[in-house]
Amino acid sequence: MLKQEYTVTVYTENQIGLLNRIAIIFSRRKINVESLNTSPSEIDSVHRFNIVINESEEVVRKLCRQIEKQVDVLKAYYNNNDEIVWQELALYKVSTDIIASEVKVERLLSQYGARAVVIRKDYTVFSVTGHREETDQLLKVLEPYGLIEFVRSARVAIIKSSEGFHRKLTQFEQHEPPSEMVENEFLDQQENVFSM
Amino acid sequence: MSILTETKPGMIVDEVPQTMLSGAEATMRCLVAEGVDLIFGYPGGAIMPIYDALFHYGKQLEHILVRHEQGAIHAAQGYARVSGKTGVVFATSGPGATNLVTGLADAMIDSTPVVCITGQVFAHLLGTDAFQETDVMNITTPITKWNYQVTEAHEIPGVIAKAFYIARSGRPGPVLIDITKNAQIQSFNYTGYEKCRHIRSYRPKPIIRKEYIQQAAALIDEAERPLIIFGQGVILGKAESEFKAFLEKSGIPAAWTILGMSAIPTDHPNAVGMLGMHGNYGPNLLTNECDVLIAIGMRFDDRVTGRLDKYAKQAKIIHLDIDPSEIDKNVKTTVPVWGDCKETLPLLTKAIQKKNYLTWFQKFDDCKLQEETKVIFNELNPTGTSLTMGEVIHILNSFTGGKAILVTDVGQHQMVTCRYAKFTDSKSNITSGGLGTMGFALPAAIGAKYGAPHREVVAIIGDGGIQMTIQELGTIMQFKPNVKIIILNNNFLGMVRQWQELFHENRYSFVNIMSPDYVQVAKGYHIAARSVSARNELTDAIREMLEHPGSFLLEVIVGKENNVFPMVPQGRGVAEVILCKEDL
Repeated sequence: MLKQEYTVTVYTENQIGLLNRIAIIFSRRKINVESLNTSPSEIDSVHRFNIVINESEEVVRKLCRQIEKQVDVLKAYYNNNDEIVWQELALYKVSTDIIASEVKVERLLSQYGARAVVIRKDYTVFSVTGHREETDQLLKVLEPYGLIEFVRSARVAIIKSSEGFHRKLTQFEQHEPPSEMVENEFLDQQENVFSM
Repeated sequence: MSILTETKPGMIVDEVPQTMLSGAEATMRCLVAEGVDLIFGYPGGAIMPIYDALFHYGKQLEHILVRHEQGAIHAAQGYARVSGKTGVVFATSGPGATNLVTGLADAMIDSTPVVCITGQVFAHLLGTDAFQETDVMNITTPITKWNYQVTEAHEIPGVIAKAFYIARSGRPGPVLIDITKNAQIQSFNYTGYEKCRHIRSYRPKPIIRKEYIQQAAALIDEAERPLIIFGQGVILGKAESEFKAFLEKSGIPAAWTILGMSAIPTDHPNAVGMLGMHGNYGPNLLTNECDVLIAIGMRFDDRVTGRLDKYAKQAKIIHLDIDPSEIDKNVKTTVPVWGDCKETLPLLTKAIQKKNYLTWFQKFDDCKLQEETKVIFNELNPTGTSLTMGEVIHILNSFTGGKAILVTDVGQHQMVTCRYAKFTDSKSNITSGGLGTMGFALPAAIGAKYGAPHREVVAIIGDGGIQMTIQELGTIMQFKPNVKIIILNNNFLGMVRQWQELFHENRYSFVNIMSPDYVQVAKGYHIAARSVSARNELTDAIREMLEHPGSFLLEVIVGKENNVFPMVPQGRGVAEVILCKEDL
């Protein structure tokens, strides 16, 4: 099966050690994590991981089941890039002198939607949010002008079709979950596998 | 004063007016309230407050002092496997905790409910390379179902309740609680113990999907050559009678994995034997001839499937499992029946038609006859002077009638025991399946005896494995559990030697292991012992062992270079099972 970029979204309890528990699911299988972000979610006390990997769907599906198996994990979803809205943030440190003297740099910065975060006599820090290609492009064009420092954040992503986690959490909190609750979307997808 | 009320799930079982207790004493109270009455352990610096509290709980909590922490956890595993209860282990920080690692990994892969409580250095010393400090949490993360570090005493009741709930519910597994010394000493306001029965992020029992039951039943009804393969899930789910009802109505032949063995009696009319690398000929060969394969509480281990791209490709596959991550993990499923088999099996039994498969069974009988002629007859009626492992097990069967618990280690003796043993009762075949831990059997047999004190427990161990945990003879000497030990001594690391003979052109690289005089060793531990190598003494020796009122070590010198057959050589398909070396 073809490898492509998948974003795994994991809802978890906020528990020390859980990051390691999730990370070793990937490292045990020698799968490289392209980017990993942990943050609060729409629900107070529920944590949200965004993990980006380049793998086939079959592998990603199995990984999600292994992640969901962890006691402190509420739910894991995976999506390809068509199914999510995502952003990354990049910071660029450039010499202020160069920006002042080179009109071209100024133009490039506005062309790529860069925003000045800090302006000092010696250097200026710009930020760009966007997809990898966009932040990469600015990196490339700034390089000839003496880029001092560069850093990029992990991907944060919103699932287009998601209705958020509130309803699911209410179901999970019930001791006897309602029978209409769908626990495993992956099994549902199997309905079209079954043939008599 | 504590009021111990009847333990309804989720009810408060240890109600007390608010009392100040140390973390260590609260640990004892919680364990008692949880129903624990036995602990395997070994004290040390960082767990001393807990051992100090234990000193006053001698009446409620029996403690077995092992000789090595690995022995403690294997004993807890043996206890859990025969009793269906959760094994409990105490160990200290650092080396005490790292010595548990093999047992945790073993319990993880074999889904055994064990709760380990380890001491840890004072919280303020964490990360300072303190004496006997080890990062136990991170070491044990991949080999525990759940682990937690307690640094404040007030966390203890909640964490212990959660630990026991997680260890035994759903697909069971090991849990480790690491308690820093300050949390053991610290006093807090103990308000009672409440059993855990729900964790919002954890759903041990999946909701059963009726449509999958119906689809599975439809496939079964249409099948002409269905085959059931079942694993430990039947035993862990306490679903033996539900499974038997399913077998009776469906009439389908059933083969067990090594850990599923003894879930049904070995002479059950539907039983066709063991799967796997050294399983029976019929179930392996015919896996690739069945039209519907019904897997129940098993995980398609590579030792069962052989080469996956040659495994049951012709069959529709129904997989019953409590753990959704097992569905499609190794073998693509046609119908996944996700759920606890204690609940799904009766639904399935109800939905299917009563049938029988006489011609299909005939194929298994034909295979059995071939296996008997080519393998079993020679193993049980050897012409040479040296004894075979098979004849030892055969004679043991004749004495126990299949009633005994057999605890095996790892290697040739394990495969031979599982091939030739007879069992009448569930939870009787205790062995290290997934991890293949040599040294498992002796401590596990000690635990098994505590888990089933009224049953005969016989440990069957090779000359390699016994030397890995032989120190536990000291535990037997001190606490006198009545454990019978048979060492099948071929003066080789037999299974490795067999592979070297078959696949490495007889290059016997470091497999000729020397043994001590086991009778003398046992005598040193005040354990009765005998060594036997002559056929005409074997029956008498086994009788003497079984009739002896206490523990007994019997060394049986067996043929040095016997091989275990049938065999599915590594990298081959199950249908390429061979019956003798010449078939290779």
